[in-house]
Amino acid sequence: MEEEIELKTAPADFRFPTTNQTRHCFTRYIEFHRCTTAKGEESNDCERFAKYYRALCPGEWVEKWNEQRESGTFPGPL
Amino acid sequence: MIVLKWLFLTISPCDAAEPWQLGSQDAATPIMQGIIDLHHDIFFFLILILVFVLWILVRALWHFHYKKNAIPQRIVHGTTIEILRTIFPSIISMFIAIPSFALLYSMDEVVVDPAITIKAIGHQWYRTYEYSDYNSSDEQSLTFDSYMIPEEDLELGQSRLLEVDNRVVVPAKTHLRIIVTSADVPHSWAVPSSGVKCDAVPGRLNQISILVQREGVYYGQCSEICGTNHAFTPIVVEAVPRKDYGSRVSNQLIPQTGEA
Repeated sequence: MEEEIELKTAPADFRFPTTNQTRHCFTRYIEFHRCTTAKGEESNDCERFAKYYRALCPGEWVEKWNEQRESGTFPGPL
Repeated sequence: MIVLKWLFLTISPCDAAEPWQLGSQDAATPIMQGIIDLHHDIFFFLILILVFVLWILVRALWHFHYKKNAIPQRIVHGTTIEILRTIFPSIISMFIAIPSFALLYSMDEVVVDPAITIKAIGHQWYRTYEYSDYNSSDEQSLTFDSYMIPEEDLELGQSRLLEVDNRVVVPAKTHLRIIVTSADVPHSWAVPSSGVKCDAVPGRLNQISILVQREGVYYGQCSEICGTNHAFTPIVVEAVPRKDYGSRVSNQLIPQTGEA
């Protein structure tokens, strides 16, 4: 039983100041995967981006994108 | 008995729809308080204008009745009155617009980074909530569905069409970011006490920032027609003290790992 969960989440991004955060979630996902291709799969620097996209993006979207990446049909600049 | 009933009602805040309710529910966030204050500002001018217009109308009907005043007036111009009746409404509009725009733009300002992100996903005809701030892999740490409790299963004291099995637990006095979306058709996530109504559009993530200022249980209902059970997908937000939030979320984690 945790005593105090640290309350931290993806910060407000000035690139996405409006209500529509769809692009924010997508951008964070892409940033994470670009970071892992640049720095390696096990790099801890990329974990920050992973936390951000997991906080913002619904699980179903992440699963769908993971499948698309595996099949090579991901529609984004990875 | 009536006195006792009134005493009791005044000390419990109105955070759900009440029968024959006339005014707003009690505010639980600064946004809702701003909306209520704006309503009071506008209502003041509204009463002024209403009384003025009614007075002029009644006066005209009284003094220019065809029996008392058979000859109609032939006035077509009146420069002074025309100038006045243009300037005064403009000034009144300005007095209404200033607090209105101030509230509107302050609602959009996200000054403080939120502490928690909660995703509210609408389905036909239930809601899914995801708290994904703490997971270390792509599986969610906390996802649960929230179904309305049907009338036959309600306990004494619970509200009809408003109670759910799993409530959204949030810490009070904490900046929250709620991301609203849908998995099938458009829904809308509305909690009147918090001054929130945000459409859940499939393929789009709408963000709202709220700060719930007091502990309590807040009720709302789906606000976008989404099919046959649109009336039966309520929302219940439970704001708990910040120190209790951790244990509440962990408690929900344990049964969830079995079901999810």
